[in-house]
Amino acid sequence: MALRGNLRDFNITQLLNLINLACKTGTLVVDGPGETAKVAFREGKLAYAEIGNEDGSLASVLHRAKRLSLGQYKSIRQSASHISDKELGLLLINAGYLSQEDILTNLQQHFTDIVQRLFTWVEGFFHFENDQLPPNDRISVRLDLENLIIEGSRQLREWEQLQDEIPSLDMALKFTDRPGTNMRNINLSVEEWRVVSYINPRNTIRQIASATKKNDLEMRRIVYGLLQAGLVEVTRQQGAPPPTPSARVFPTENKREQKSLINRLINRIRSL
Amino acid sequence: MQTVKMVVTGPFSAGKTEFIRSVSEIDVVSTERKISGVQEKAVKESTTVAMDFGRITVDDDLVLYLFGTPGQRRFDFMWEILSEGMLGFVVMVDSTRPETFREARSILETFRAYAPTPYVVAANKQDKRDAWEIDDMRHALRLDSKVKLISCIATDRDSVKAILLELLYSILNEMENGEK
Repeated sequence: MALRGNLRDFNITQLLNLINLACKTGTLVVDGPGETAKVAFREGKLAYAEIGNEDGSLASVLHRAKRLSLGQYKSIRQSASHISDKELGLLLINAGYLSQEDILTNLQQHFTDIVQRLFTWVEGFFHFENDQLPPNDRISVRLDLENLIIEGSRQLREWEQLQDEIPSLDMALKFTDRPGTNMRNINLSVEEWRVVSYINPRNTIRQIASATKKNDLEMRRIVYGLLQAGLVEVTRQQGAPPPTPSARVFPTENKREQKSLINRLINRIRSL
Repeated sequence: MQTVKMVVTGPFSAGKTEFIRSVSEIDVVSTERKISGVQEKAVKESTTVAMDFGRITVDDDLVLYLFGTPGQRRFDFMWEILSEGMLGFVVMVDSTRPETFREARSILETFRAYAPTPYVVAANKQDKRDAWEIDDMRHALRLDSKVKLISCIATDRDSVKAILLELLYSILNEMENGEK
């Protein structure tokens, strides 16, 4: 079934969040303003990205990153155009020209740049092709999405959307116990770290905002980023009394009669 | 005569009226009005402005009322009134319209704040080609794994029955846990 929609309603940050949490494998295709981007993921990690007609070959990426001169780039294009990126990578490593880490770092930066460009797209259609992986001849990477999500969340400016995402500041936050999540690998700003240091089910978001001297908008934006990156969850403040029903739910106070009533309802619904 | 009530809520055009209509023994008392907004009109012709009301008679002594809330935010003053004294609630979400997921989450949070009663989330229109998968919806709606998110077709009586039963099992379960 479909994972498809419009960026206006479901933005790139939210898509990355979904792919990250669901550990999805496949390719996200986004038809944006004037060009199409394809971003591949393996088990919820960024694997590969290409955009429009841009040359995303290894030679081109290394040339743009100034790791290959124009002469070297042209020479590869002319004499080694038939070899795959993987073969070219091996040749460069074996020749002692670049290390494997150099190659992967430059590719990661290239793919990250493409995803960051997508954050600026507010219009466009997307769909996710399950299990579709990058072309075999291309080198893929394995990059956690949390930092990209945090970066995307910082760009969210719409007050109304933030208010919908975090309707109440009187709730508390707690760290998720999702396996594989590690705060130490996340690139947070000083201000974001200050907020993180106060996260505790005993503190409401409003109290944290007050302690860190943040207004509602600033606070909501930081919390939104942490939520989208799957690092924290909203929870009821520890020690706060649960809301009490304002009217009587059952026509009787007797617990046994209440259970009997529910069982009668179950039997009636079953018989419909 | 004893009466109890359940509330069916969710964003505009999620299928709340159809849901109640599928199981109510009376013609649903619906306060629908023709839609004036161009955007909303593209989705459907009329919308609930105050509430929908359905009834299931259990026996001589007990009746279940089903209340459907208006989906449009400008009628949200009705929500708190309708939620008073509810046994539990169903949040309907249109699986084919991801643009309404954020609204659904916000409505869910609002109702949870009104009353600590059990609830289930119904992923409606799962028979449509464009429907999102349940697992994807769970992440998009940011639902905990413990929250019941159930596939639903609001026009199908069996599907609606399954949702109501899941809600009743949750209520029963909560009562039994409360006794321990």
